[in-house]
Amino acid sequence: MRNRDADDIVDILAGLALFADLTRPQLQAVAHTFDEEWFTEGQRILRQGFTGSNFYVILEGEAAVRINGETRATLARGDFFGEVSVLLGEPPTADVVALRPLRCVALAGVETEPFLIAYPHVMYRILQAQARRLRNANLWRS
Amino acid sequence: MAQLNAQLFPPGQYPVVVVGSGPGGLQLSYYLQRIGLEHATISADPGPGGMFRRYPLFQRLNTWSKPYADADRGTRPYEWYDWNGLVADEPELRSLVSQMMEGISYFPSRAEMEKGLVAFAERARVRVRYGCRWGSTRRDGDGFVLGTSDGEYRCRVAVFAVGMAEPWKPSIPGMEDVPHYVDTKPAKAYAGKRVFLIGKRNSGFEIADALLPWARQIILGSPRPPVLTVLTGGGVRAKYLVPYEDHVLGGGVFVLEAAIERVDRTREGWRVVTSETAGGAREFVVDDVIACTGFTTPLGDLPDLGVATFMQGRLPRMSPFWESTAVPGIYFSGTITQGAFGLRKHGGSGNSAAVGGFRHNAKVLAEHLAGKFGITVPRTTLKPEEVIPYLLSEATHAPELLNQKAYLARVVSFYKSRGITDEGILPLGYFVDEPGPDAIAMSVETDEHGHHHPAAYVRREGHVSEHALPPNALLNFEGMPYQQQLAGALSGLV
Repeated sequence: MRNRDADDIVDILAGLALFADLTRPQLQAVAHTFDEEWFTEGQRILRQGFTGSNFYVILEGEAAVRINGETRATLARGDFFGEVSVLLGEPPTADVVALRPLRCVALAGVETEPFLIAYPHVMYRILQAQARRLRNANLWRS
Repeated sequence: MAQLNAQLFPPGQYPVVVVGSGPGGLQLSYYLQRIGLEHATISADPGPGGMFRRYPLFQRLNTWSKPYADADRGTRPYEWYDWNGLVADEPELRSLVSQMMEGISYFPSRAEMEKGLVAFAERARVRVRYGCRWGSTRRDGDGFVLGTSDGEYRCRVAVFAVGMAEPWKPSIPGMEDVPHYVDTKPAKAYAGKRVFLIGKRNSGFEIADALLPWARQIILGSPRPPVLTVLTGGGVRAKYLVPYEDHVLGGGVFVLEAAIERVDRTREGWRVVTSETAGGAREFVVDDVIACTGFTTPLGDLPDLGVATFMQGRLPRMSPFWESTAVPGIYFSGTITQGAFGLRKHGGSGNSAAVGGFRHNAKVLAEHLAGKFGITVPRTTLKPEEVIPYLLSEATHAPELLNQKAYLARVVSFYKSRGITDEGILPLGYFVDEPGPDAIAMSVETDEHGHHHPAAYVRREGHVSEHALPPNALLNFEGMPYQQQLAGALSGLV
């Protein structure tokens, strides 16, 4: 447990597509800006309809996206969530629930805008991911 | 003391063992005693106070205790204005730290804080076996055996209130030789020196503030910009912001966003090699370097027992009731409870790192442990017409809700059989995620604009909905508009 815990978050972030364009000092700044947080199996991270949620990036583990109790998607290492709620300033429309021990880094909603402006490459990666989600949703509908 | 100690809590079997005699241990022990849950409290220290026997280094706290405030000293509402005193049910035990203050500052000195804690331990008769050092832990059936310098303690529940005051440094080449915050010399010793402070949190700014009249140049460096309480509600306290103002005005203090790559000892002093977050490398040749890189929890062998940790092993992972998520029966009190984040609304996670916050966690924990041992904590019932004024009074005056925003809540349940029951103060995260009867949890929160406001969480048939009430410029949430809005949220329940 100790060894796994001692993993340098900077190294993990360096391996995620979201932060792939950042330099080492920038990754260190990101690691100091986000807070590490662990969730136990079954624990809710985002709560449908609750204000004040944050932006999360998964470092390890899996989580389910549930709307009114129905699972709509599964998230894993490198995935992020909470950004829609933060960007729109609205409560999340889904619960996100840990399916097994889940390790994330979290950024307060109010800090997300200045962070994305300071790191436009991360913002671009988020846009790419959102575009993929939109495309997949449209494919599903058609 | 030694003779007295020999009679107190000798090694043996106890339902609960509490380790630590800082504010976290004393506060928990006080409430366990009030509830009547048998326990032994042991401490390696020779007397009460914990980290306040030594720190803060420059001998003045950064959290207020206001001798005169908009509530009478000795009352429960006054506890919101005294973030440093331990809390109590008896008026004569309340606000002891502010009673020790000499009126120079509304931030108590370290000595005043320590005096207040000692007075609390004495007057509340919080009994501790001092000079008894916990050294090992092992499982024993459904309990634990704590090996100590005085012998073995067996218990079903062990609570560790051992603080978070052990120096911690990140693994940066050369860092092992760099003096830590705790090794800082008297400010005068830095007269005319160039000093590089690694870290931009409270401890870094505390030292910068102390060195301002002495150092020739002060540089604070770490990868991220400083987070300031005056802007975000959390981070570096205003008391230490003079060096930051100096930096803004270009007065000779430099606050840099840079990763520290290496620290080298040189013949005359130190060389600090940095990579700036915005790009580019820079070297600093300075007389002194101090690692203001924070602290870790002295968890001893608990990780070997299976206690899971995070933040590079600096804090245990824990439940909303501050129980290890990996080893049931191991609990934490005091500043370690900052490892339980609650709902993290707008990024906030209560104020559990500081006495002002964790003292309230200790009462909640004591009542939770009482339940595990079959002790019923008396609860009062309310008439329907009392519910709304009571909850709004709590939102306006309750120190638990004001100190632990969006973290602790006043809970009232609506039982069909037993009527309306005041359940006391509970962790908000527990209330919203666990099943229970129809109920309301009243909390105070800070929104994205920094405005404080009450928030009600109403559970009906297992579903919890949030009802945010508006802010009030004078933080008075008891008026008619609040009564009407809360009545709407509770429609059908009262």
